[in-house]
Amino acid sequence: MIGYALRRLCQAVIVLLGLTVLVFVLEHIIPGNLARAILGQRASAGEIAAFDKANGLDRPVFAQYLTFLSHVLHGNLGYSYRLNQSVDSLVAHELPNDLILVGIATALALVIAVPLGVAQAVRRNRALDHAATGLAFLLYSMPSYWLGLLLIAGLAIGVHAFPPEAPQAASAAGVLSDPRALVLPVVTLALVNVALFSRYMRSAAIDTLAQDYVRVARAKGLPSRVVLARHVLRNSLVPVVTLLGLSIPAVLTTGLVVEYVFNFPGLGLTYFNAAVNSDYPVELGITVIVGVATVLGSLFADLAYAVLDPRVRYG
Amino acid sequence: MADVLVPVEMDQFGLAISTADRQASPGAGAQSFVSAFVENRLGVIGLGIVVAIALFCFGGPLVYHSDQLHANIALTNMAPGPGRPLGTDANGFDILGRLMVGGQSALEIAVAVAFVATSFGALWGALSGFVGGVLDAVMMRVVDVVIAVPAIFLLIYLASVFRPSVGLLIVVLSFLSWLGPARLVRGEALSLRTREFVDAVRAAGGSDSRIVGRHIIPNTLGTISVNATFQVADAIIILATLSFLGFGLPPPAASWGAMLSQGTTYLLDGYWWEVYPAGLAVMVTVVAFNFVGDALRDTLDARLRDR
Repeated sequence: MIGYALRRLCQAVIVLLGLTVLVFVLEHIIPGNLARAILGQRASAGEIAAFDKANGLDRPVFAQYLTFLSHVLHGNLGYSYRLNQSVDSLVAHELPNDLILVGIATALALVIAVPLGVAQAVRRNRALDHAATGLAFLLYSMPSYWLGLLLIAGLAIGVHAFPPEAPQAASAAGVLSDPRALVLPVVTLALVNVALFSRYMRSAAIDTLAQDYVRVARAKGLPSRVVLARHVLRNSLVPVVTLLGLSIPAVLTTGLVVEYVFNFPGLGLTYFNAAVNSDYPVELGITVIVGVATVLGSLFADLAYAVLDPRVRYG
Repeated sequence: MADVLVPVEMDQFGLAISTADRQASPGAGAQSFVSAFVENRLGVIGLGIVVAIALFCFGGPLVYHSDQLHANIALTNMAPGPGRPLGTDANGFDILGRLMVGGQSALEIAVAVAFVATSFGALWGALSGFVGGVLDAVMMRVVDVVIAVPAIFLLIYLASVFRPSVGLLIVVLSFLSWLGPARLVRGEALSLRTREFVDAVRAAGGSDSRIVGRHIIPNTLGTISVNATFQVADAIIILATLSFLGFGLPPPAASWGAMLSQGTTYLLDGYWWEVYPAGLAVMVTVVAFNFVGDALRDTLDARLRDR
């Protein structure tokens, strides 16, 4: 197990290094140059030279990469010239809001999807299963902003049940203090995840139901409720735990769109605004964060799987 | 030991497929591929919708003429009526005609992306899987790195740096879409090269290129074609998302995402014709391609099982 964990960790470190190379390359494909992009069209040659010197852009590319790497390793993600704020402080300020949105939505999705998946597995190919499968398919084929818009049209404009806009507070406490406004963004994000999680849960439970130990449990006369709770549910949860780690990129992607649709004050919306304003340092800084989250998520998924399923360790 | 542990076998959406599910559908036996596919009702419906949408987008403008290049402020936000079955948008463009033109670029880009990404990914994965060793490790780490940043973030960044055009969108979307097929084909190549029929070819004196050309690649063609179908659906969704966020093709080019984005401004005014047709167009097209992909996979699975 330790050998496997170490190997997997090394791999993650290599991928993270590769990620910094990718972001460095992205920074350097900006046409013209960074100084021109930041100082604007009317900057003089002298100003550009001064900017290049101040930021080390006149040095060899490899030396620049090493500086960039050292900055990233020290938690320095760059500086937004447009917002006049370091990207770190921006991230530190908005990450809690994202954690609230993603956290509540994921928890809600699990609460709905886990029992739903088991129920679908138990009643496989019956009406409930077909209905849930069809709904999951539809939700999955739906762009998330379209789902968000439908919810706004129905629940905010149609019946005035919830506000169409996310809480407009700067701090995490402020976001939490307006729970009604949180409903629509959270539900949108959660519904997309329910579609994903319930499919997983269903197939995991179907596979578990076919196992010998379930048959044994039934044969020795355990009530089916106990069989489901103690044997089927528990063992089916293993893939779902790893799925949580693997679903990070999908959640971040949906999150960005949901934040845009509901004007939610999080990193996704900040990324969007940075892109609109050509605020490259912010875009690249958030790209690093998102990439690190994805790599750590898949590392977590693999390690959790090895811990939860001993067969993997000796595979 | 596998490099990447996949807890449950997954299809393109990350939807899990269980072995029990696969065995539920009756085998196709000696029936030809086409008749096996035709048995899949959803697949046929999906294919029908895909054909209908292609006809609508590419053939429609031949019979239904509308000006999609010049804004007409005398005709803004008109409700559906005679001569404009789906009304007009905020620039006075006819919505029905715009759906057709927007669909053209969506389909063209998505199909091109699916083709480029799947071919390149399959080649990358096959090479990585066959050669193995250090090259395999390096090639797969490259895949891991690019896959680490969710596509939409990279796309938005690249679209904010460069001015999007059809060509650029195809290149960029392909650059972000070849990773899935690369992993899939590598996985298949890894397992295929240890199979008995490969040993048999070797024992009979067959060369490596014969093994690859006559045995391995034909065996991954199923995976590749199923994947390409899902790639089209994914590309349509991500393209629509990109243009919804304002990073798609610049005006006056039409796109479903941009139509939807513009229409949302008028959601409160009740201009339903500016919102729902475009949203439905994206959804129906994606569902249709997913149906076809699912049916293709089921059909191929059944055939492989019965072989």
